[in-house]
Amino acid sequence: MHNFLLQGLLRRPLTDKAPKVDPLAVEELGEAVKFAAYRRLGRSLSIRQVDAGSCNGCELEINALSNPYYDLERFGLHFVASPRHADVLLVTGPVTRNMAEALERTYAATPEPKWVVACGDCARDGGCFAGSYAIVGGVAAVLPVDLHIPGCPPNPTALLQGLLALIERAGTARSGI
Amino acid sequence: MTGIHHIIDTDAAMLRAAPMPRASLSRTQWTQVAEDLAGGKLTLLSLWGSKNHVYMALLDEALGKLGVVSLFCRSKHFPSIGLFHPAAQRLERAACDLFGLVAEGAAEARPWLDHGRWLLSHPMGEAGPAVPQPPYAFLPVQGDSLHQVAVGPVHAGIIEPGHFRFTVQGETVVRLEERLGYVHKGIGSLMHGASLARGVELAGRTSGDSTVAYAWAFSQAAEAALGAQVPARALWLRALMAELERLANHLGDVGAVCNDAAFALMLAHCSVLREQVLRACDAAFGHRMMRDGILPGGVSRDLDAAGVAGLRALVAGIAKAFPPLVALFDDTTSLQDRVVSTGKLVPDLARRFGAGGHVGRASGRNFDTRRNLPYAPYDQLEFKVPGRSDGDVAARVWQRIDEVFQSLALVTQILDRLPDGPIYAEPPAVGEQREGLGLVESFRGDVLVWLTLDAQGRVLRCHMRDPSWFQWPLLEAVIEGNIIADFPLCNKSFNCSYSGHDL
Repeated sequence: MHNFLLQGLLRRPLTDKAPKVDPLAVEELGEAVKFAAYRRLGRSLSIRQVDAGSCNGCELEINALSNPYYDLERFGLHFVASPRHADVLLVTGPVTRNMAEALERTYAATPEPKWVVACGDCARDGGCFAGSYAIVGGVAAVLPVDLHIPGCPPNPTALLQGLLALIERAGTARSGI
Repeated sequence: MTGIHHIIDTDAAMLRAAPMPRASLSRTQWTQVAEDLAGGKLTLLSLWGSKNHVYMALLDEALGKLGVVSLFCRSKHFPSIGLFHPAAQRLERAACDLFGLVAEGAAEARPWLDHGRWLLSHPMGEAGPAVPQPPYAFLPVQGDSLHQVAVGPVHAGIIEPGHFRFTVQGETVVRLEERLGYVHKGIGSLMHGASLARGVELAGRTSGDSTVAYAWAFSQAAEAALGAQVPARALWLRALMAELERLANHLGDVGAVCNDAAFALMLAHCSVLREQVLRACDAAFGHRMMRDGILPGGVSRDLDAAGVAGLRALVAGIAKAFPPLVALFDDTTSLQDRVVSTGKLVPDLARRFGAGGHVGRASGRNFDTRRNLPYAPYDQLEFKVPGRSDGDVAARVWQRIDEVFQSLALVTQILDRLPDGPIYAEPPAVGEQREGLGLVESFRGDVLVWLTLDAQGRVLRCHMRDPSWFQWPLLEAVIEGNIIADFPLCNKSFNCSYSGHDL
């Protein structure tokens, strides 16, 4: 174990540079974002991930955000265990009928101000599962969605770009007020 | 020898090359199968329904032969298999929810996938309006100082949804009852009428972590049904992708199990190796998880010299970095204290449920589709199937560790011997209805896909059975007598798929 700890001190970090944020994604946030809320939150956001019916592909890539290459926490973004601690719900999957109520209740348990990020192609409109008796639709069919991150699954860079767009917006909002 | 043994006579070579024969059974024969399953003479590979029939895929492990049988359900009833063989119970409940087929005499009448929210009853059978359901009745508990802990469907971590109902005395779990079905997407009904291209797209999105294995199993079933010849290079590239998928998942799991014992160092290092695999896959195949890489007839992307070089560098890097991590796992006594003797699965249960993958192989059931029911190119590759019988969390971690080294060796072998040639040959049109079976070893165990194709080559019925179907029930058994704080460890050491199970 000592070797691993020593390496941790001596070796250069594996962490990638922060990705450039897609201006379109920032645009998409647009009106949905309440400026005053960001003033209260600063640049740090707590994210509660909710799988509302995904195939688990998105979860794998969201988990990858915490590996040393992406190191999500350096941006002040971190995953929390309860919606009561969350500012952002990061929702994956087409929303299944069996999960719709759980998703609504998770949203209700999240204190204001809050944002919903729909993650992955299924989360937009049900994706390849649209039209099934077991699917309500995309996340927007159940909750108000502020940002959508496309991909099947979105890779960690795309996820980071989307989440950073949220913070970016926070920065301009703060200086603008 | 009972009267049904002559119908379990498809060997691996026939399974892989030709449409799957199916025997129509009488009710008496059907009940005989139940007795053979209960007596351990046969292993249940799956049980599923259609509008008026119920089916089973059966394996004779001693002879290495398998068969598909069906029974016509007069007035939608069939003799329960689960009554004799518990591994069939949840599959019967699912067949009842989806098709309205009733297992006579079944010990369990509660719905399983149907939570009363679909707006329909029996959506894949003769669908009617939804019938109001009473609240789900968890098994009653009686006794002194028992309390219950309800967990889920929304969990604390970044994982899939499911409900766990623990009954606890003090800290000790006396019963765990699972309730699943939350991520049921109705993939079976979406498959109806699908083209092969659409079918394999859905199959590859059934359980995201096993997208390669599912796409391969679906393609195998379609190719067997149509008698399609797949170019050799495509088969070898499929195996390459399958081993990389296994490698990525096992590396991730070894780290994640240790993290559930609060040993985060292991997670950090293993997640670095996992990320390296995904990046190499992205460079070689154009997608980190190699999604949509396999389709009936071959593969969608070829591997170039740069991809080969990248994968060789990856293997060399992991072969160097992983052994010190294994030593760290082995030498950290506080970690060993948590994993050794925790969550013990006894070999008898693993055998009776036909548990596949690391769950079965760490508990004495040394079954691996790649060896037991070989398919190309594994019939030409050299590998040993590691196994152990201690059956605890530690054994399942060691099993994965062994399989990481196995996959590294297989990737190297495949790269050394990768044949040249085309990577796709369009499956032929056969102009008649055909059935085919696919069985592929995913990192989690054997994925089964059974297909009926119509004369135009469209999907009439597709049944996919995730290995988790026979692992989830065992998780309920292994947690008994452990403390509730060890549940995450036990759960992660199994790492069952919710989406693959719920479908």
